[in-house]
Amino acid sequence: MSGPKHIRTPLARVLGRGAAKSGTEQFWHQRLTAVANVPLTIAAVIILIALLGRNQAAVAQILGSPAVAIIMLLFIGSMVIHMRIGMQVIIEDYVHGESAKLTLLMANTFFTIGVGLACVYGVLKLSFGL
Amino acid sequence: MTETRSLEGRAPTERPLSPHLQIYRPMLTMMMSILHRITGFGLYFGTLLLAWWLNAAASPGAYARFQWFAGSWIGRLILFGYTWALIHHMLGGIRHLIWDTGRGFGPSEREWLAAANLIGSIAITIILWIFVLLTMGSSQ
Repeated sequence: MSGPKHIRTPLARVLGRGAAKSGTEQFWHQRLTAVANVPLTIAAVIILIALLGRNQAAVAQILGSPAVAIIMLLFIGSMVIHMRIGMQVIIEDYVHGESAKLTLLMANTFFTIGVGLACVYGVLKLSFGL
Repeated sequence: MTETRSLEGRAPTERPLSPHLQIYRPMLTMMMSILHRITGFGLYFGTLLLAWWLNAAASPGAYARFQWFAGSWIGRLILFGYTWALIHHMLGGIRHLIWDTGRGFGPSEREWLAAANLIGSIAITIILWIFVLLTMGSSQ
C-alpha cells in the first residue's frame, strides 16, 4: 500500500516543535542545567564547608568576594531553571484537573523566580554592601 | 466537536485502565527513580533555607538567628536531609546523563549504577557531616 509516510505537514516537520509547541527545548535545558549543576554544586558545598564555624563578618566578607559571589550566582541561576522544569514535570504528571494544574504551574513559576531573586539579592547585598 | 460519548448521548463508559505501579515487584532501579523525584521535590523547597542563609549573612543578629536554627536538633536534621538529598540527586543526575549517552543500560550495569548511587550518596553525606560536626565542635 502506498500512502503518505508522514501525516504531519512539511512545516510541522521542519519546525520540529511537536504537540506542546515548544519542541525539545525543555528537555535540553534540563540536561544543560544538570551538567552545569554538577561542578556548581561541588563548588557550593566546598564554599559552605570553608565557611563552617566562622563568624558573621567573615562569612559576609567571603560570600561577597568576587569569585565566591559569582560561583554562588551561577549556582542559583542554573539551579532555579532546573528546579522549575523539574517541578513542572511533577505537576503535569500528577495533577490532572485543568484549573488546579494551571494554578500550580503558575505558583511554580512565581516560587522559583521569587526564591531565586531572594538568593541573588542576598549575594549582591554582601558584594556591594547595599 | 468530537465528544467521547456513545451514539445515544450517554455518559462515556468505564474503560479498563492499564495496571499501575503496585502490580510490580519493587526493584532497585525503580526505587532509585522514585527517590530521584522525591529528592528533587525536597531540594526545591530546601532553596528557602539557602535564601535565608544568604540574606541572614548581612547582619549579625539575623545570622545569629540562622545559626541558632542550624544548630538546633530539628535544624541539623533538616540540613542533614538536605545534604543527602543534594548529593543523591546529583549522583542520580550523573547516572541519568550517562544513560542519555545510550550507555549503562545492561542488566548488571543499571543495577550497579543504582547501587553506586545509593551507597555513594550515603557515604559522601556521612563523610561531609563528620567534617561538619568536627568543625562545629572545635569552634564552640
